[in-house]
Amino acid sequence: MNLTLIIPEIFLFLWALLVLFVDFFTAEEKKHRLGPLSLVGIVITVVLVVISGQGQAFGEMFSADYYSLSFAIIFLGSAFLAISTSIDFARQRIKHQGEYYALILLSTVGMMFLAASRELLSMYVSLELTTISLFVLSAYLKTELKSSEAGLKYMILGAASSAILLYGISLLYGITGTTVLKGIQAELVGSAFPGPLLVISLVFIIAGFSFKLAAVPFHMWAPDVYEGAPTPITAYLSVASKGAGLAAMVRVFFGSLLPVTSEWIPLFMALATMTMVLGNIVAIRQSNIKRMLAYSSIAQVGYILVALSAASELATTSMILYLMVYMFANIGAFAVVIAFYNHSGTDEICEYAGLSRRSPFLAISLVIFFLSLVGIPPLAGFVGKYLLFMAAIQKGYYWLVGVAVLTSVISLFYYMNVVRQMYFRKPTKSDPVKVSWSLRLALILSLIGVIAVGVYPDPFVSLISKAASVFVY
Amino acid sequence: MDFPILTYMTFIPLLGMIVVMFTRKESVQLIRWESAFFSFIPLLLSIVMLAKYNGSVPDFQFIEQHEWIPSIGISYFMGADGISVPMLFLTALLSFVSIVASFNIQERVKEYFAFFLLLETGMMGVFCALDFFLFYIFWEIMLVPMYFLIGVWGGPRKEYAAIKFFLYTLFGSVFMLVGILVLYFAVEPHTLNMLTLIEYNSTYTHAFQIVLFPLFFIAFAIKVPMWPFHTWLPDAHVEAPTAVSVILAGILLKMGLYGLLRIGYPMFPEAAVYYAIPIGVIAVIGIVYGALVSMAQKDLKKLVAYSSVSHMGFCVLGLAALSVTGFAGCVFQMFSHGCLTGAMFLLVGILYDRAHTREIAAFGGLGVKLPLYTGIFTLFAMGSLGLPGLSGFVSEFMIFIGAFGSNFVPTWMVVLAVLGVVLTAGYILRMVQRIFLGPFNTKWEGLTEINGREIFTLVPLGILTILVGVYPKPLVDIISATLENLIRVMGM
Repeated sequence: MNLTLIIPEIFLFLWALLVLFVDFFTAEEKKHRLGPLSLVGIVITVVLVVISGQGQAFGEMFSADYYSLSFAIIFLGSAFLAISTSIDFARQRIKHQGEYYALILLSTVGMMFLAASRELLSMYVSLELTTISLFVLSAYLKTELKSSEAGLKYMILGAASSAILLYGISLLYGITGTTVLKGIQAELVGSAFPGPLLVISLVFIIAGFSFKLAAVPFHMWAPDVYEGAPTPITAYLSVASKGAGLAAMVRVFFGSLLPVTSEWIPLFMALATMTMVLGNIVAIRQSNIKRMLAYSSIAQVGYILVALSAASELATTSMILYLMVYMFANIGAFAVVIAFYNHSGTDEICEYAGLSRRSPFLAISLVIFFLSLVGIPPLAGFVGKYLLFMAAIQKGYYWLVGVAVLTSVISLFYYMNVVRQMYFRKPTKSDPVKVSWSLRLALILSLIGVIAVGVYPDPFVSLISKAASVFVY
Repeated sequence: MDFPILTYMTFIPLLGMIVVMFTRKESVQLIRWESAFFSFIPLLLSIVMLAKYNGSVPDFQFIEQHEWIPSIGISYFMGADGISVPMLFLTALLSFVSIVASFNIQERVKEYFAFFLLLETGMMGVFCALDFFLFYIFWEIMLVPMYFLIGVWGGPRKEYAAIKFFLYTLFGSVFMLVGILVLYFAVEPHTLNMLTLIEYNSTYTHAFQIVLFPLFFIAFAIKVPMWPFHTWLPDAHVEAPTAVSVILAGILLKMGLYGLLRIGYPMFPEAAVYYAIPIGVIAVIGIVYGALVSMAQKDLKKLVAYSSVSHMGFCVLGLAALSVTGFAGCVFQMFSHGCLTGAMFLLVGILYDRAHTREIAAFGGLGVKLPLYTGIFTLFAMGSLGLPGLSGFVSEFMIFIGAFGSNFVPTWMVVLAVLGVVLTAGYILRMVQRIFLGPFNTKWEGLTEINGREIFTLVPLGILTILVGVYPKPLVDIISATLENLIRVMGM
């Protein structure tokens, strides 16, 4: 039993407990120091992840390979950025800061286990650890009605979708007799059907995961939860929830369901189309920047699903790279939103008027993050989309890529709407927005990420290709 | 040639942008001179390049090739041939001239010049990139500073014009992106090297070419702009500040044509033949429609904008002709129109700065008060209408010869195009008459004559117009070997 493989996860779990423990002894005014404490824990975990070896543990349930390594780095990175943007926000507005940071760390532990699972039930449990922490975190602003609504909505819909997912898993177990992914694949290769029971189980599984991803038509929770949750948590869940769902889906579908692609590829193509179209079009009408970013996140998932339909090594590489790129751009954008909210207390787009004159650095950062999300070169978002579409074109899905590029053009409009306010309008107040050191850190890291991956993506692409070659296509 | 002249020409403005960004925004005069300096260097380099370019060899020169993203077949590949060399020179010249012309911008000077220098990098890069990924990067980079330049410093409807420009052009570009992705998989081993993809043009099936060509064509047609994709142009040109209009009309429009000459035609020759007649029709409609609409304009800047649609129509006709003379005329017109229309927009801006109106009917007899300005304006106006002795005539003449003798363009198209010349003369002469001739409108008693800085921006353009008009041989020498090779590669 190779326990050394799960040392990073155990370490992070213990660190979360440490944060809780230290919180017990810290005075109220000093509690914000728990933030940097958590950041230290994450950095150490990253080091542990990188130096720990590869291998299997717990029978075939846990596999530390390049796939889990890539995702672990993405999850830890997003947790780092999210905590970094939280420190000031939490200091001003959050009670029970210790539990707040601990929950973020625990959620990350769940995601790390999730990426490494090769068995359905442990995957489910990890997913629950991740999302239940997120339910609580969404409702963390106890005095705000929207936050409680967000948490409750998320929890109820999340619980329902988890139940559906579990049902799908149980049906799959019924068909194949095992919950280990390799075993499922072996069973499906051997058998001659796919019968209707398999189709039903696939639909349930896809529905369950699509909720986590906020793919249409399972996206209804996203705008309300994103708007109501404390903004650093919105930032975190925009990447984490999607990343977790993606890690699980790719592991399940490419690791065990490749023999029956004819059943699920058309489904994903339909989901992708609906998601891209609805996400991009509804975002146009939003006046609250958090809701706009919620719909934009929904649309971004659509692009990822395009590559998922392609089901190839290039597809997996592109999806993981896009998740990383999306993490930098999205959390970066939310960092600007958080900075603005900390200073002015509002998330309305019209209040951003003249930001380019008040705080040029914030304004130009937001422009760069938005342009990355649209996919304008030489930023990382372009490289990500380029690879996603390349995977789809390789398989000949021309219409799907056509929809994807056209909806990308549509997305330009609503992002530029914010840019328009910042640059073309006169400011109503003239004081510059104060940005704390931790927010500045998150902003600069995200900017570096977005520009570096855009200009020199080769090292990232090579590393992630190794992750993609874990599966046999 | 070991000195990476193209890389320097392309990225020195970017370096300038970074320098400007670190300059304090209060040091306005310093920022202006920094920008002028960082755009003057590429101009010097482009003159060096012109001198060193060997016109008798059709191959690409000043080549630089390095691995960039080998995992997906992308390399950093730059080179220049007979088509790109004049364009690079024109870009450098017009950028420098526009930056000097922008010295009268008073608001948010630092951001203005930062965006302008970024724009110059994008434009230079488009003309020398020989790898599709690199080309696409530069093509798209240009859109961002343009959006800001129009949207922040533009006229009353600037927001509308800016987003319309961005959306419309991006819409075309994404079709090109799909085309690029499909081309990547078309050749074994997969590559985005344009030269390799051109070499393999005989391996693409007829059906493949017929489908892919329109994808690229849409992107370029929107840029040129060809009727009916031209509707972004009047808004963008009119609302943009003077110097930005110069760049838009002088250089950005040429990129669509450059794209067709570099990518569309050599890679898909069968499609070029297949679509020759529709392209010719679009060209003729552009010429006549553009001219007629220009004639109806009350706003001087809008008149010049629509005249660009008309002049670009001539270029497209030259392309549709699929002959060396036709292509040569097209490249000539690209260069000549860049100088002429660039100058026209500068002149319109100079008048607007003083009179604060662009309404043609509001003027009258300005020749009395502003003789120097009138003389300069008339020179470029005559060039625009194709007066022999100036560059406009040479290019249009070559286009007509190329189209008339071509098997791909029916004669009636050439006849209509020549009719377009008459219409052009019509609106230009009328404009000159209504603004400069006739009794002096005493409302303009207080107008000042054109000043030294403004003359400085116009002189190089004037010299080029006269030089190319009277002695076109140097330019012909640069482009002919490349164009002959292009026709050969296309299998004509």
